[in-house]
Amino acid sequence: MSPVFAILAAMTLASAIAAMSFRKLVHSALSMILTFSGLASIYLHLNAQFVGLVQVLVYVGAVAILVVFAILLTRDSTRDSSVRSLAKSWLTGLLVAGAVFGTLAAAILGSRALDRAAPQAAEITVKKIGEQLMTRYVIPLEVVALLLTAAMIGAVIIAMREKEGK
Amino acid sequence: MDQIDQIFVSLKHWAVHFFPAVVQPLVSAGLSIAALIATFGSIFAITTWVERKALGRIQNRLGPNRVGPFGLLQPLADAIKMLTKEDIVPVSADRVVHYLAPFALIIPVSLALAVIPYGRNMAPVDLDAGVLFFFAVGAAAEVAVFMAGWSSRNKYSILGAMRAIAQMISYELPLVLSTISVVMIVGSLSLVKIVEAQNHFVLGFLPGWHVLTPWGFAGFVLFMIAAAAESNRAPFDLPEAESEIIAGYLTEYSGFKYALFFLGEYWGMFAVSGLAVTLFLGGWTAPFPFLVWVPSFVWFFAKLGALIVLFIWIRGTLPRLRIDQLMSFAWKFLLPMSLINIVVAAVWHFAAGWSFPLASLWRWVLCAALVAIPYLSFGRAMAGRRRFPKRVYQYAT
Amino acid sequence: MLGTGIIKGMVETARNFVGSYTDEARLTTSEYPEEKLSPKENARTFPFLVFDTTDSAAGLRCVACQICEKECPPKCIYIEKSKTKKPDYTGKPQLFPAVFDIDISVCMSCQICVEVCPFDAIKMDQAFELSTSDRFGGLLLHKEDLAKPNDYYISIHPSEAREVDERLAAEKVKAEAKAKAEAAGSASEPKPAIAPTTKPAPAQPQTGASATPAPATT
Repeated sequence: MSPVFAILAAMTLASAIAAMSFRKLVHSALSMILTFSGLASIYLHLNAQFVGLVQVLVYVGAVAILVVFAILLTRDSTRDSSVRSLAKSWLTGLLVAGAVFGTLAAAILGSRALDRAAPQAAEITVKKIGEQLMTRYVIPLEVVALLLTAAMIGAVIIAMREKEGK
Repeated sequence: MDQIDQIFVSLKHWAVHFFPAVVQPLVSAGLSIAALIATFGSIFAITTWVERKALGRIQNRLGPNRVGPFGLLQPLADAIKMLTKEDIVPVSADRVVHYLAPFALIIPVSLALAVIPYGRNMAPVDLDAGVLFFFAVGAAAEVAVFMAGWSSRNKYSILGAMRAIAQMISYELPLVLSTISVVMIVGSLSLVKIVEAQNHFVLGFLPGWHVLTPWGFAGFVLFMIAAAAESNRAPFDLPEAESEIIAGYLTEYSGFKYALFFLGEYWGMFAVSGLAVTLFLGGWTAPFPFLVWVPSFVWFFAKLGALIVLFIWIRGTLPRLRIDQLMSFAWKFLLPMSLINIVVAAVWHFAAGWSFPLASLWRWVLCAALVAIPYLSFGRAMAGRRRFPKRVYQYAT
Repeated sequence: MLGTGIIKGMVETARNFVGSYTDEARLTTSEYPEEKLSPKENARTFPFLVFDTTDSAAGLRCVACQICEKECPPKCIYIEKSKTKKPDYTGKPQLFPAVFDIDISVCMSCQICVEVCPFDAIKMDQAFELSTSDRFGGLLLHKEDLAKPNDYYISIHPSEAREVDERLAAEKVKAEAKAKAEAAGSASEPKPAIAPTTKPAPAQPQTGASATPAPATT
């Protein structure tokens, strides 16, 4: 484990924990942005430039802003939220989380995927990603596009109904 | 001539070779950062002076003329004033977020400055996905604006922040889409490669800049409009509309933090102008073959200066837009036009393979028509809507 | 066509930009500390006290009647009456202000003190370069700072000052006539013929009217 990775991982984990435990929603949202940036830097550290930058562009630039906007528009963001960060059944939660983690870790460690040496990854250019998206992954791409269009139409319909009701 | 052209590159190599090999990358990065901060810091100072002087002259005023000859030391006086002012934090403000917001703005903006090629071999960081990096860090600036607006606990701040975020999200689409046409033609996201693709001369004397093609010209205009909105410049300065919401998200900032915000906004404008130079105006390439001997960084900064002056000129000319005009302009005009521009760029790309006589002329005419016809019809549609009904008053007759 | 208006506007601003360098008439700015525009006659800033003759202490028209102090809406005037009396411009013994302060940080330049003053003793000034580094003492003007000669008043408000001077001259004549009449009345039997001998024509009938009944009652 390289020191850079250790720092990035620690930052990501710390900000994720902070996002769960802050009492003000906006603080949680801001530390979630920090988590997203931490993930992006881990991608960049792993030489996955495109994914890392898209992570920043989409998650920090769009998703986080959307979350923040939603908080601003729906409730008084300056007050502390009344929800306690640690629920009463936190022990059960911890047990479930531990069990899930153990199962996953056992499955991953037991699989043969780890024995193989990682293939020497070729330089992944944007052009290659584009070609793959347009040939091999064209159906998933189209499905995602359809889903997003449906969501957008839904949003428009909700907005229109509000206007009619007025 | 090559020595002068590469003087900064060789200087850096010369300075770096004194250090042991282990720390050389660090020293090299530090030198680049220092050069960037010094250069853009002084450009910022000069720009504030030019802006105040030019706006004054446009309004038939004198502009700053007290500090130094022609008021040239005005930026220095402003800097001393800013740094010695009291740093006021509102009592009810969220102190930590309020404190962090200026840094959250200045960091992404200075990161964005790092990928632009300022001259031959003079890109501080040559990323394969330079364009993507630029927009990714640019998106992070919105978070800073939100932090500033929310943490000030002031209605004007939050209104300004919400306006700013809505505006930045809306204008990021045309900004990115007008860039995509360039990326399509060049076939690379690297800003260095994009400049190199424009480093040739058409017909022996015209520069091969993208702005001199139909799709490039339309893309350049769209990009500049979106860039003005993205950097909160007039006529899109609604987030800090002084007459309505005091100073928007900057209302509760003073002293050094205010100066940092100001610096961040201007650096954002420089960065986006630098990107426009790189994408459309040929970066560091010379405009004519007989001027190739002039060092490359001179060309880059001359073009950057021209775009900054254009921004100032526009600020002195146009009044501020209304928020509904701003939104409908982005979504009903800029977005469709930039989508059409992508199609035009694709046609241009495939028409390069035509082999009949006068093919390049036909290609030019076809693409120009494909840009001009939607533009004119949009213009007609927008002008047609502008019907003013007879004014009716409630009490007066 | 879309955008032509913007181009036109930019040409116009460019013309302004170039024109401000080539055409002197466009630049209407006057650079203040070096080049001062003389203020308009009706301009006013804060009140001052008028004195006649050359002695600012003796010639002060103010008789400390305190009407202005009472009328002042923001209550920025403070007056203390003197214990002794001294002759005013007509020679009549009058009280005078021992202390007369105006706090110009409170004054709102409403001119009500000027309007209510029966003695034309307080008038509005035009001096505006009043900035000071002492925001309490520096903005509290005392009698010595406030007293300014009548010639100064004439120089800043010429037409208004002419009216005031004519009125005061008439009053003075009237008062002198009255004094003479009284002096004559107390010395011997009334001599109404003396009063009309004084010079100014407009003041004459009034003087006679006011001077003659007085001895008649005695």
